[in-house]
Amino acid sequence: MGFFSKIKEAFSKTIYTVFTAKELDDEFYEDLEYALISADLGAEATSQIIENFKEKCYEHKIKKPEDAKELLKQIMVESIDYEIEPYSYPLIILVAGVNGVGKTTAIGKLARYFKNQGKSVVLAAADTFRAAAAEQLQVWADRSDLRLIKHEEGSDAAAVVYDALASAKAKGTEVVLIDTAGRLQNKKNLMNELAKINRVVEKECPEADYRTYIVLDATTGQNAISQVEAFDEIIDMDGIILNKLDGTARGGVVFAISAERELPVIFCGVGEGVDDLIPFNPKDFVDGLF
Amino acid sequence: MGAFSSLSEKLSHVFSKMKNKGKLTDLEVKQAMREIRIALLEADVNFDVVKKFIASVSEKASGEDILKGLNPTQQVIKIVNEELTALMGGTNSKIDIAPKPPTIILMCGLQGSGKTTMCGKLGFMLRKQGKKPLLVACDIYRPAAIKQLQVVGSNAGVPVFEMGQIDPQKIVKEALKEAEKNQNDIVIVDTAGRLQIDEKLMDEIAGLKKSFNPNEILLVVDSMTGQDAVNVAQKFNEVMDVTGVVLTKLDGDTRGGAALSIRAVTGKPIKFCGIGEKISDLEIFYPDRMASRILGMGDVLTIIEKAQNAYSEQEALEMQKKFKENTFTLDDYLVQFEKMKSMGNMQQMIQMVPGLAQRVKGDVQIDEKQMDRTKAIILSMTKKERENPDLIKSSNKKRIAAGSGTTIQDVNQLLKQFAQMREMMSRLQNMGKRGFMGGRFPF
Repeated sequence: MGFFSKIKEAFSKTIYTVFTAKELDDEFYEDLEYALISADLGAEATSQIIENFKEKCYEHKIKKPEDAKELLKQIMVESIDYEIEPYSYPLIILVAGVNGVGKTTAIGKLARYFKNQGKSVVLAAADTFRAAAAEQLQVWADRSDLRLIKHEEGSDAAAVVYDALASAKAKGTEVVLIDTAGRLQNKKNLMNELAKINRVVEKECPEADYRTYIVLDATTGQNAISQVEAFDEIIDMDGIILNKLDGTARGGVVFAISAERELPVIFCGVGEGVDDLIPFNPKDFVDGLF
Repeated sequence: MGAFSSLSEKLSHVFSKMKNKGKLTDLEVKQAMREIRIALLEADVNFDVVKKFIASVSEKASGEDILKGLNPTQQVIKIVNEELTALMGGTNSKIDIAPKPPTIILMCGLQGSGKTTMCGKLGFMLRKQGKKPLLVACDIYRPAAIKQLQVVGSNAGVPVFEMGQIDPQKIVKEALKEAEKNQNDIVIVDTAGRLQIDEKLMDEIAGLKKSFNPNEILLVVDSMTGQDAVNVAQKFNEVMDVTGVVLTKLDGDTRGGAALSIRAVTGKPIKFCGIGEKISDLEIFYPDRMASRILGMGDVLTIIEKAQNAYSEQEALEMQKKFKENTFTLDDYLVQFEKMKSMGNMQQMIQMVPGLAQRVKGDVQIDEKQMDRTKAIILSMTKKERENPDLIKSSNKKRIAAGSGTTIQDVNQLLKQFAQMREMMSRLQNMGKRGFMGGRFPF
């Protein structure tokens, strides 16, 4: 859990001092607002959480900040805690997101994650757009000694996916991981390409457990909401991979996202090593914020 | 985003109780600033920066005269926008060229901010300006980063120097020799993305600065960055003393509040913006555009300005009265057309108003050629017909078409359009009552 203590270091400077206050007064709430907004929760989610917290404090007749701390944690955990159905196999995971959030890196780490669980894995390099994206994924595939299906740069991404699925079916591979090109959510053509890839998977493997994950950069602010909205509209996302939590950003925008739609965080990326991807645990995440 | 198109509406609500009283009062300013504050936070401007900004603008706005032709909402937006623009600094997109070549540009930033792509874009721009740039691959960590720079370089038509994954100090040293040999006058050094708290990697890049004393050290920042932008910018600036900032991914729908935060904590100029996926998609930085983007007001101010220039107060009032009383005639329509010519077309105007484009669907299409035809048709009508288009029968239409060198269909189309325009104006009027125009017709 080294990573959660890292978050703590950065964040506790503000939230820790908030709860050392003597009274639950205006100043306390102002400081709390500051702390939450600084963690990228956004104005709306922050005010929702604070309202909820105020009510509960009143309900339980809590007067002291030190007694209120667990209550706030509980409220925050509840707002991002979801029941997630366990994987069944064959499993297909499609990873999407805007440019530079770390999709390829996340795929490389996901591959290792499943391999460590004794699963057979094949990677599909469906980012045929960015220069050298397939080469980058090849390095990750080599690191875990896994198969990679790739085509020429600039070729049809859906065709790569089709080949990868065919290969997986032929060899009885349990996990297919699909890397896609980064696209800003307002780019129509690229978003259409993503819809096409999605159709190929649904058509070719209707029986498989198919999950679609959007990768978010924890450094991103409120635009992450717009990213989720746009991608969700195209391919109905199942979850979030929250990357780059090893920096000083806290990824609080997931609270803002949860306030709008039910979309759980599944994994978080906490470094550049091949094992630096861990299943998301809401309680640890919130604990780390305090 | 929804939150933003409604800022103006929220402000209008704040001011709905007062009609142009001449001065903004403390209370009104305070209420307006509450909305501005939320707008800025939703745009990811840093909390502290917002706080300071609001305090300083409140002081400026209180007691300010409301300019003629503006309502209080517009007046507050105008002040806020001016202050934002001023904070954003001037337009300074010059690359500092070394007196003795080569000029060294060192790129730095977090992972995924877009450094490699930006190297290609800068190289392309400089090549177009007649320079002979050389790209240097010093991202020795990310898999295939070197390959990516090579591809980007070939798209830009700019050579790339690489030595594989060895010490960047050695790479740059050799690259400078190569540049001298090939007479490259600018050397752009791509580096690995790094966290500002990663001491080892920060030492590495500080070492490059120390050894080679670059003319430009550009911090590349993703415009979607949230509250953490201040920490990143502060630390990079502290270690590297950057000479400027480059904002990337501005072609998305981000509001880009990070720009203001970075500017506030570093005081360094924002020099360029990445605005697309093509190699030529690089723009110099315009503070005023960035300000209205952060504020989420589209170009409302542009409209306010244009409106003030094209219409005198008197004319605007008369026109407004005509809309209200629905006595708007084809003569007025013609006048309207002429005015619009001086402001840009209707579509464009509608696009500039946040939230309006969705409400007024694309049923008002007016192009320049059609304008001329329309003018001919109207001028072929009698005065009575112009005043009351309902009088026009099919026999009249035949005459009008012949007189204007058009067809009956054209005449019908115009009449239909006129009816639509009338309807839209009344819709705008209604919007104005609760909406952002504050009851004032936009032009």
